[in-house]
Amino acid sequence: MPADASAQGKSFPAFEYEVGKEKIGEFARAIGVDNQVFFDREHARAAGFRDVAAPPMFAVVYCAGAMAPAIFDDEVGIDFAALVHGGQEFVWGEPVCAGDVISTVARVESIDERGGMGFYVFASESTNQDGAEVVRGTWTNIVRGA
Amino acid sequence: MNEGDQIPELKVTPDKYLPHRYAGASGDFNPIHIDPEFAKQVGLPQNILHGLYSMALVARANVAAAGGDPRSLRRLSVQFRGMGVPEQEITVSGTVKQAGEGRVVVDTVAEQGGKKIIKNAEAELRLQ
Repeated sequence: MPADASAQGKSFPAFEYEVGKEKIGEFARAIGVDNQVFFDREHARAAGFRDVAAPPMFAVVYCAGAMAPAIFDDEVGIDFAALVHGGQEFVWGEPVCAGDVISTVARVESIDERGGMGFYVFASESTNQDGAEVVRGTWTNIVRGA
Repeated sequence: MNEGDQIPELKVTPDKYLPHRYAGASGDFNPIHIDPEFAKQVGLPQNILHGLYSMALVARANVAAAGGDPRSLRRLSVQFRGMGVPEQEITVSGTVKQAGEGRVVVDTVAEQGGKKIIKNAEAELRLQ
């Protein structure tokens, strides 16, 4: 089945995520980081953060609610049984802290086919409650046997 | 950090239940990561690590190399290759490929059992 590029450029509604201190701690423990700025408010403030800081890769947590509808979209038409996550890029802006409300929008950047595989590239942009950009993501999904 | 310098290696052995904890922390409960039986049914040797978990190890090694401030990591781009598994040591290593004006770019790789699980990783770090 050739990859259908008709959904290229499609964008999805913004998803809002409110960042919680304990969720940051849970994520930081799972990835094995122990810097106290991820756990303790006083440490975080002493280091210049507004509140407990999120590790950079916490982006996957607040972006997930925006990415899932894009990746599962019928018009995009990804065959999940053959899906692999091929690549990922994040470009970080303002740090994310507990109490922030992060809004993420996703769009289909490109769909093309190379060597019998479908390449589905999604772009995301996340901003905080002050309108400052916190992360831009590029999510490359590869569908084998497209 | 100067061009050609190695960053300190990070060695991590994710335990058997790490994929379950990462699933809970990230919200990604794809059964290929947490259910060995399901993983085998779809042709994998066992349940495999989340690629984004391995990317987090690459991020961690680079932040540590920059002195530990998470704000030092400005950009990270990776390609996922092969697959990582729990209960086997992962080594993250990197080489500075550009340096200047308080900013370095580090070529990073994550390997497990002699195979690359993340390749062509490029981290841009801002140094204090």
